Amino acid sequence: MADALRLYALLIWTWIRAAAQFPVSMVLLGLASAAVAALDMVGIMLLFAHTPRIAGFTAPEVLFLYGTSAMSFVVADVLLGGTERLGEHVRQGTLDTMLVRPVSPLIQIATEDFSPRRMAKLLPPVVVLAFVLPRLPADWTAGRVVMVPVMLVSGTVIFAALWVLTASVQFVVIDVHAATKSVTYGGAFLTQYPMSLYARDFVRGMTFTIPLAFVNWQPALYVLDRPDPLGLPAALRFAAPAVAVALCAVAALAWRAGLRHYRSTGS
Amino acid sequence: MSVYPWVAAYAFRRHATYWLGAVAEAVTNTMFGFVRAWIVLALWGARPALGGYDAADAVTFCFLTQALIGPVQVFGGLELTQRIRSGDVAIDLHRPVDLQGWWLADDLGRAGAALLLRGALPTLAGALAFDLRLPGPAGWAAFAVAVVLAVVTGFGLRYLVALAMFWLHDDRGLQAVALVASMFFSGMLLPLVAFPGWLGTLAQALPWAALIQVPADVLLGRYQGAELAAAYGFQALWAVVLLGAGRALTAAARRRLVIHGG
Amino acid sequence: MIEVTDIHKTFTVRTRTGRLRRRRTTVRAVDGISFTVAPGEFVGYLGPNGAGKSTTIKMLTGILSPGSGTVRVAGLDPSRRRTALARRIGVVFGQRTTLWWDLPLRDSLTLIRHLYRVEAGAHRRRLAELTELLDLGPFLSTPVRQLSLGQRMRGDLAAALLHDPPILVLDEPTIGLDVVSKATVRGFLERVNTERGTTILLTTHDLGDIERLCRRVMIIDHGRLAYDGDLDRLRAAVAADRVLVVDLERPAPPVRLAGVVVERVEGPRQWLRVPREMNAAAVVAALADRYPIADIALREPGIEEVVTRLYRDGGRVTA
Repeated sequence: MADALRLYALLIWTWIRAAAQFPVSMVLLGLASAAVAALDMVGIMLLFAHTPRIAGFTAPEVLFLYGTSAMSFVVADVLLGGTERLGEHVRQGTLDTMLVRPVSPLIQIATEDFSPRRMAKLLPPVVVLAFVLPRLPADWTAGRVVMVPVMLVSGTVIFAALWVLTASVQFVVIDVHAATKSVTYGGAFLTQYPMSLYARDFVRGMTFTIPLAFVNWQPALYVLDRPDPLGLPAALRFAAPAVAVALCAVAALAWRAGLRHYRSTGS
Repeated sequence: MSVYPWVAAYAFRRHATYWLGAVAEAVTNTMFGFVRAWIVLALWGARPALGGYDAADAVTFCFLTQALIGPVQVFGGLELTQRIRSGDVAIDLHRPVDLQGWWLADDLGRAGAALLLRGALPTLAGALAFDLRLPGPAGWAAFAVAVVLAVVTGFGLRYLVALAMFWLHDDRGLQAVALVASMFFSGMLLPLVAFPGWLGTLAQALPWAALIQVPADVLLGRYQGAELAAAYGFQALWAVVLLGAGRALTAAARRRLVIHGG
Repeated sequence: MIEVTDIHKTFTVRTRTGRLRRRRTTVRAVDGISFTVAPGEFVGYLGPNGAGKSTTIKMLTGILSPGSGTVRVAGLDPSRRRTALARRIGVVFGQRTTLWWDLPLRDSLTLIRHLYRVEAGAHRRRLAELTELLDLGPFLSTPVRQLSLGQRMRGDLAAALLHDPPILVLDEPTIGLDVVSKATVRGFLERVNTERGTTILLTTHDLGDIERLCRRVMIIDHGRLAYDGDLDRLRAAVAADRVLVVDLERPAPPVRLAGVVVERVEGPRQWLRVPREMNAAAVVAALADRYPIADIALREPGIEEVVTRLYRDGGRVTA
């Protein structure tokens, strides 16, 4: 594991060095990516241009959800978003060249074409969080203060696991890849808003089937001291780390199964 | 027979072949449609007559937007870009066919396939789950005209972006800027009628309004008679302006290719 | 070094029969192949497209797990010990690069050093050596995407050999290369084999590669080994005819000689097909008796012809 991390860092460092040879282009591309990433935030601000509350939540509260969700998603995307292109590697046969190297193909795919400009997408959520955290109407007990980094880390791990999980599907069927974006990109979008907006059954699904509610919604209920609109047990607010670990295990199993399938069928 | 209908038919078949991938896209489009519908329902719950829409109008707008992502290709991109990057475009320019006409025909065929494969699912799912404001046959016919004009306008925009590749070494920055403009000004975030003040006025005058906002308003029956003609006129005007600019740029690209040898 | 015992691999292929309907068919890509490659051997692996060459290579390198049978490469079971095996073999795919498209070649090779955990000093020596042998110097700082196919292949060869593997597996390394690049690649492979004693398995469509490099040839057809042995015996076994090229002193009508067929006439030059069972010396003597001859040459059949004949006859050769 430590070895994998060391290699990962090394691969990324090589990419950053390569990109840094064209610094102006790197900065401009970074800003363009940041602008794309900021669109979701602009959407939220447009809503609040018309109303002070949405589904009972104020602008700082929704921006808090946006900031935590986007930050977790971008970090996960930077680390493992490359797995989205697994299908292309299968189709072009480049996965084979990864399989003859003594390093997990997961690490190789994740770092393939790594670009530092993807990190520029962190800009909007970081700015939003820096702005909004001091303005939250929260009672900042030690527990709530600790919960913020905890939710960011578990959110990142959940999104990372979802990247691997959805990529694993591409070992078996490539064509349906676009549908799995509803879980990754869709998950990133829907966690930017309070789940009290959505239909109750949908939220139940997002809690117990695809655990997107644990990216930030459940922990945020604790930070903001809100009742759960579905009346779910309060213990769920602290379950995010456990959910993240469990989802990782599922993703690892899926990846292994997918790789085994690929290696037995070669397609 | 002219070659263009054939190009369009061939593009339609080519894109229809990958139906499974397109339907998978439609699943994601539908899922986004639901989330966005719930968001606008909350907004219109707080502001019931915002921008002259009622809640049903706003929800219909959301699903319509998702249905049109594929056909008008809101996220940008044209296969021509790759051909310019690889230099294959030189072959296209030597064909006795108009480059812009060829690709417009190709794009119309692609849009036709996308409308069937990616438009139906969001619309149907939305209609089943929510109370959508859908018109009668005359309304659909009026909508069809607006969609064709939207596709042509969208092509005009994407063709300009693609041709810029003749002058750029790296088009990723331009693609990103084009994406931001397209997402923001076409109404992907919120219906343009709900944009506040001058921003709304500006957004409704720009070509991106012709992609989704105008077809949506036609479907919602907000235009009748002369107003409908004016809406078509707005789309057609932008289509003509953009296609004209595309022609000028094509000529410039051709000169550049002759001088620099590609 | 490589031991393969009775391996099989079948694939299920779905073919479109209608707009939505598909039919499943089972294809036996590899259907009972066994062979052994000793250390230091240079073996050519031939076969028409779809014969099972790539499938075999994938099973040897651990990409694919065999349906049945056993594989041992460098003492390891490739499908179970894929990553351990990766450190002991070098693999080159002619059709796709293992280098990173956007990185300069030097950076790609540095990454490979880390992937294989080659110690820095050893890497420096090895890189210097490979740079010289493959003449990489002029394009070490060029991004891979800007390299010509020949340069890229040289870079790929260096990448495959940086960790100094005892076994090198090459899947069509000369495909699409120009004549000069082909010669460089062949010369390099020959040196690697003779000087370092690296065991090499080479699949190719280019029979020139085989004639130049391999003493031993394996031919696969329909998933089975049709031939395994040395090149000369293959020629003899397939009994391909030889061709006698005769330059007469002046243009003449086709010569008449029992058992010999004149294939082509071009001015004073004539091409005569001599069946394998006829004694070539006797034919030459009989010819010289009756015609004024300026020059004469006997051409052994090219391997191309041998292989075409082998495929056409569909027969197996025992050597």
